[in-house]
Amino acid sequence: MKTTDKDHAALANEFNKDAPRVDWHDETLWWVRQKRDNAVKKIPGWEELREAGSQIKNNVLANLSGYLKQFEANAQANGVHVHWAIDAKEHNEIVLELLQSNGVKKIVKSKSMLTEECNLNEYLNLNGVDVIDTDLGEFIVQLANEHPSHIVLPCIHKKKEEIGELFHQHLGTPAGNADPVFLTETARRHLRETFLTRKAALTGVNFAVAETGEFVVCTNEGNADMGAHLADIHIASMGIEKIIPKRKHLGVFLRVLARSATGQPVTTYSSHFKTPRPGASTHIVIVDNGRSKQLGREDFRNSLKCIRCGACMNTCPVYRRSGGHSYNNAIAGPIGSILAPNLDMKKHADLPFASTLCGSCTNVCPVKIDIHDQLYKWRQVIVKSGHAPVPKKAAMGAMTRVLSSPVSYKVAGKLGRLMMKRAPFAVNNQFNPWYKQRELPVVPENSFGEWYKKNRNNKPKDI
Amino acid sequence: MSSRNKILTVVAENQPRTAPFPEFEFLDAECIYSSETFINVLTGIGGTVIPVETMIEIQNYIFQNFNQGPRTVTNIPALSNVAELMHQSSTSPHALSDVDYAVIDTRLAVAENGAVWVTEKGLSDRVLPFICQHLAVVLNAGDIVSNMHAAYEVINADDYGYGTFIAGPSKTADIEQSLVLGAHGPKSMTVFLMM
Repeated sequence: MKTTDKDHAALANEFNKDAPRVDWHDETLWWVRQKRDNAVKKIPGWEELREAGSQIKNNVLANLSGYLKQFEANAQANGVHVHWAIDAKEHNEIVLELLQSNGVKKIVKSKSMLTEECNLNEYLNLNGVDVIDTDLGEFIVQLANEHPSHIVLPCIHKKKEEIGELFHQHLGTPAGNADPVFLTETARRHLRETFLTRKAALTGVNFAVAETGEFVVCTNEGNADMGAHLADIHIASMGIEKIIPKRKHLGVFLRVLARSATGQPVTTYSSHFKTPRPGASTHIVIVDNGRSKQLGREDFRNSLKCIRCGACMNTCPVYRRSGGHSYNNAIAGPIGSILAPNLDMKKHADLPFASTLCGSCTNVCPVKIDIHDQLYKWRQVIVKSGHAPVPKKAAMGAMTRVLSSPVSYKVAGKLGRLMMKRAPFAVNNQFNPWYKQRELPVVPENSFGEWYKKNRNNKPKDI
Repeated sequence: MSSRNKILTVVAENQPRTAPFPEFEFLDAECIYSSETFINVLTGIGGTVIPVETMIEIQNYIFQNFNQGPRTVTNIPALSNVAELMHQSSTSPHALSDVDYAVIDTRLAVAENGAVWVTEKGLSDRVLPFICQHLAVVLNAGDIVSNMHAAYEVINADDYGYGTFIAGPSKTADIEQSLVLGAHGPKSMTVFLMM
């Protein structure tokens, strides 16, 4: 998913034009982060839980090929069809073929970031299949012809008035009605009819258990279950990294997932699908799409431990103030910024730089991914591979020359102070990004080096 | 080579050499949860808990309160005088679309998060607890375990084709983080807690 050529900074600039809206976005997500903190504090041994989650996922990565085979064999023994897709294209083709061979032209879909990553909706639409996203947030962004801006809260960038207007245009609700209860009830009634008439349902997968061949789907709305239990065909798409070894490990992940995501003790529904419903069929599509390559990158493989809770986004000062769409990737925020360069380093070279490296993401991650370290490491890989933006390269080059020579460093400092004193407009202008929303400090009379030289002489030398 | 074999080959080549199988024990550390915790947590996430001592109390409650719509169904024979008794897979799931109240039973609930465990055994159809407008669950207080680790100890002793944890009514906060109960599943969840 890359819909524009603008980079993160340019798109963040657009988002930042409406300052009150940025404040609202920032505060809303920070509130979600605070709900997470409150939930986490109630759990004795939260850190042990994170450590257990992290260790289970480490074990998964080290034994992934074996667990995948075990999962496949058990799922097949349960009567579930298993398909393998090497990339997004193959995934989409498998789904289309399943639908076409069953004469299905309309499907319901619950939230699946993998299908966003694969651009499944666009592909199916082009091939004459109508897709309705049933998660309310995704339904809203679909009406708006947009992509989700957050993996857990897809339309967190939208104001209720805008949603009211979308419903007015598409569902015929009264103009100006932006009451969340009314709008939710409208979507409920509208989608109920849809659920009852669709023959195929597509869902994501939160966890796939190697030991039993079952998979677990978590929702608050009940939309995954409504879709899957009413359809003749249930297609579940999962990345290869969704595997966990044993059913009992769900105990760890279901305890941390919703608490990290929204501060709920658990999602309303945590549904375990093991065998198909009598008279219906279940298909699992296991997708690689670059994950096996990421597994081979020692510095970055830990990103595959992600359970998609979104906590790193809610806490990120850059995400909160730039919005999910500025990342221009199916998965935004800190985790998206370490996953995307694996898929296409050149295209997503801007993302690892969209961070202050403050480390808050790493601190909240329920499976202890070293997110900010990986952001820093990606920067180095990207610069070494020649994908850094030209202005950044030029600036870094100039900096290297200045800092590597004491003489040029001193001269540059003097010139800088002189310039700020005599011609402040040369730096205090809109072309200098550091001047945005800031006043530059008062210029000191001299540098620390000069000050030290002068003052050192006032003191006795033997102290 | 098939996509399956290609993927498995690359994964096997690229996966890190070893990571020990994690062993952990959370069961003993957290046995502080009680039925009181369950009541508080479930109430906090929008559910309603009605403590009862006999099935007759439940019958009376259903008779007096579940009257917002014509169709009340149950999988509990003892409630067949106040609700339509469902039979295993007797209908197409679509025939349940007009169910107002569904009353089902459970043998397992979790204190730390207010969830009840429901499997397809005993449900006439998997969709029943989702498609009904209001859900009610009959639970023995003795079947509440402390946390999810303890829950999976119980779950692992049984087998199922489909099972789900249900914690409260369906909900969404997708519109400006305003919590709304009743997204696609039930608008309310009542637990009859047999003390």
